Amino acid sequence: MSKIADFNLYPDAHGRFGEYGGSYVAETLMAPLAELSEAYERLSTDPAFLAELDRDLQHYVGRPSPIYHAERLSRQVGGARILFKREDLNHTGAHKINNTIGQALVARHMGKQRVIAETGAGQHGVATATVAARFGMRCVVYMGAVDIERQKINVYRMKLLGAEVVPVTSGSKTLKDALNEAMRDWVTNVADTFYIIGTVAGPHPYPKMVRDFNAVVGREARAQMLAQYGRLPDVLTACVGGGSNAIGLFHAFLNDADVRIVGAEAAGEGIATGHHAASLAAGRPGVLHGNRTYVLCDDNGQITETHSVSAGLDYPGVGPEHAFLKDAGRAEYVGITDDEALEAFHLLARTEGILAALESSHAVAQAIKLARELPKDGIVLCNLSGRGDKDVHTIAAREGVSV
Amino acid sequence: MSRIDTRFAQLKATGRTGLIPFVTAGDPSPQHMVAMMHALVESGADLIELGVPFSDPMADGPVIQHASERAIAKGVGLAQVLGWVHAFRERDAETPIVLMGYLNPLEIHGYARFAQEAVAAGVDGVLLVDCPLEESTVLQSLREAGLQQILLAAPTTAPARMAQLCSSAEGFLYYVSFAGVTGAAQLSVSEIAERVAEVRSLAGTPVAVGFGIRDAASAAAIGGFADAVVIGSALVESLAAATDAADITGRVRSFLQPIRAALDAR
Repeated sequence: MSKIADFNLYPDAHGRFGEYGGSYVAETLMAPLAELSEAYERLSTDPAFLAELDRDLQHYVGRPSPIYHAERLSRQVGGARILFKREDLNHTGAHKINNTIGQALVARHMGKQRVIAETGAGQHGVATATVAARFGMRCVVYMGAVDIERQKINVYRMKLLGAEVVPVTSGSKTLKDALNEAMRDWVTNVADTFYIIGTVAGPHPYPKMVRDFNAVVGREARAQMLAQYGRLPDVLTACVGGGSNAIGLFHAFLNDADVRIVGAEAAGEGIATGHHAASLAAGRPGVLHGNRTYVLCDDNGQITETHSVSAGLDYPGVGPEHAFLKDAGRAEYVGITDDEALEAFHLLARTEGILAALESSHAVAQAIKLARELPKDGIVLCNLSGRGDKDVHTIAAREGVSV
Repeated sequence: MSRIDTRFAQLKATGRTGLIPFVTAGDPSPQHMVAMMHALVESGADLIELGVPFSDPMADGPVIQHASERAIAKGVGLAQVLGWVHAFRERDAETPIVLMGYLNPLEIHGYARFAQEAVAAGVDGVLLVDCPLEESTVLQSLREAGLQQILLAAPTTAPARMAQLCSSAEGFLYYVSFAGVTGAAQLSVSEIAERVAEVRSLAGTPVAVGFGIRDAASAAAIGGFADAVVIGSALVESLAAATDAADITGRVRSFLQPIRAALDAR
C-alpha cells in the first residue's frame, strides 16, 4: 500500500513527482518554460479564467460526459458491473480536447498567435487543430510518417480544420519523433509560438498542466458515482500511452485508498516478444522528452522502437506522475496485447453498439479482466477515452477486409 | 588545473581564439575515430567536443540527427566512445576532450560508473544538452571525480539566470548564438557580439560561441569577440561521405585549416 498521504501535493515547485518529472531541456527553453509556469500558476487560480474554461467545456466540448453502465457487456463477461466514462462523446471524439481547450486559452492569455503540437493517433492533432480554428490561431502539427500512413482520416480532418500537418521522417517516424520535432520548432520560434503538448509528459509544467485540464474527467466521474450509485467504484482502469486520459480519470481518486487503480499499457505482440510499448511494465527509469520517467531503451540508453496496433499508445516513455504512482504502489500497470484489445473492441461493438478507439480498447480489455475477478455487485469504472471511427481502416486492413 | 583551464590560459597568453570542433563519435567511421581526432588537433583544434550519439537528440538539427542515427546503427555506445578517448590519450595528453550529448545514456550507464570510467579514459568535461543547472545535482559524482560540467547560456536566458549560470560555470561557458537547433539559421553578428560582451563581463570563465558557425568567414566574425568558436554541423556534414582514413583526415584538414588560419589572421 502507498505511503503517500496526499497525492494533491505533487508535483513540487520544480515539477518533481518524487524522483520523476523535472525540466530536462536545453537552456533556450528554460525561459519560455518559466514564463509558461508563471502564466499557468496565475491563470489556474484566476476565477475568471476558470469560468471561461468551464463555459467552453460545457458548451463547446459538451461536458459533462455521462457514465454509462454497460449491462449487456457486463452480463456477457459474467462478473462485476462495467461502467464507462464516455469521453468518446466529447466534441472531436476523445478526451484530448479537455486539454487543448485549456492550453489554447492559456496561449491566448499569453498573446501567442501560433500553436504547434505533436500527435500519434492524430486525436491530439485534431483536438489542437479544432481549438486553433476556433480561436483563430495558426496551427502546425508534427506527425510521424508511419502514423500519417495509418491514420489518414485524422490527417485529413486536421487539414480540413486549417492546420498544416508536417510529416516527421527521423528516427522511428512515430510519436516520439514528432515530439522531438515539435520541440525543435518551439526552440526555434519561442517568441510567438505556444507548444500544446498532448500528454502528461514533457518538461514542467506540462505534466501538471495537462493533468489538471484532464482531471475534470475524474472529478465528474467521482461526483457521478456518488450521485448515481451512492458509492465509489472498486477499481478504475484506463489505457496508458503517455497517460493523459488515465491520469485524468485517476487523479480525483488518488486519495481514496480503497479504490484500486490499474493502468493498461500496450503489450503489442506480447511483452516477451519485445514488440510492445509497455514503458512502466517493462521499462526502467531514464530521461526522455524533458522529464525523468520510465522509458524503453537499450543498455546504451538509446530509446527503442515500440510497437502497438494503436498509434496513440505507441510511445516509449510515460508521464512522470504514472512512474511515481507505480513506485509509490498506488497504481498498478499491466500490459494488454494487440489481440486482446481487438477482441475487446469487437465485444464492445456487438454488445453495446459502441466503437471504441483502439487505444481505449486496451482499457476495455482490462476492464473485462477486472470485472471477472470481482463479485456481481462490484463496479469497474473504465475510461472510454475515445471513439473508434478513426481506426476502422486499420482494423479492416488487419482483418483482411477491404473497405 | 584542468586540461580545459590550462588550454584556455594558453590561448589567452598567446592572444589566440580557441577553435572547438564538434564531431559525432563513430561517424563517419568507428574504425578511424582516433585518427580523426588526431587530425582535428593537427588541423588546429584547441579542444574537441565529442558527441555521444543519442536516439532522440531534441536540440539538434538534421545533420547531427543523421550522424547520430548512423553511429547508433553501427552499435556505437558510451563504452566505445570512452575507448576512443583512451586510445587518443596515448599520443595526446594535452588536448581537452568534452563529451557532448544527452542524459539518458549516462543515466542508464550509471553516473558514478560513468564518472570513474570517463576520468580514467581521459575525458575532461561533459556538456549535457538536456541537463540545465537546476537538474545537475544528478551530476554530483561526475564533479567529485573531477569532470567539469560545461553549461549553456542562450539568447532567451533572463538576466538573473545569466548571472547564476556565469557564477556556476566551469571550464568555459557555451553561448548558444541563436534560439534554434544546431546547424540552422544565419547569424546576426552584431546582436551576438553585444550579448557575448555582457556574458564575458559576468562570467569567471572563458566564453565559447556555437550554433550556426559554418566556415572561415563566420568563425572569424564570431572569433572577433568570443574566447572560442564551436563548429559542428558543417564539419559533420563535410565528413559524412568520407570512406577511408586518408579521406577522413583529408576532409578534416581542408575544412578546419582555413578556419584556423582565419582565426589566427585576426
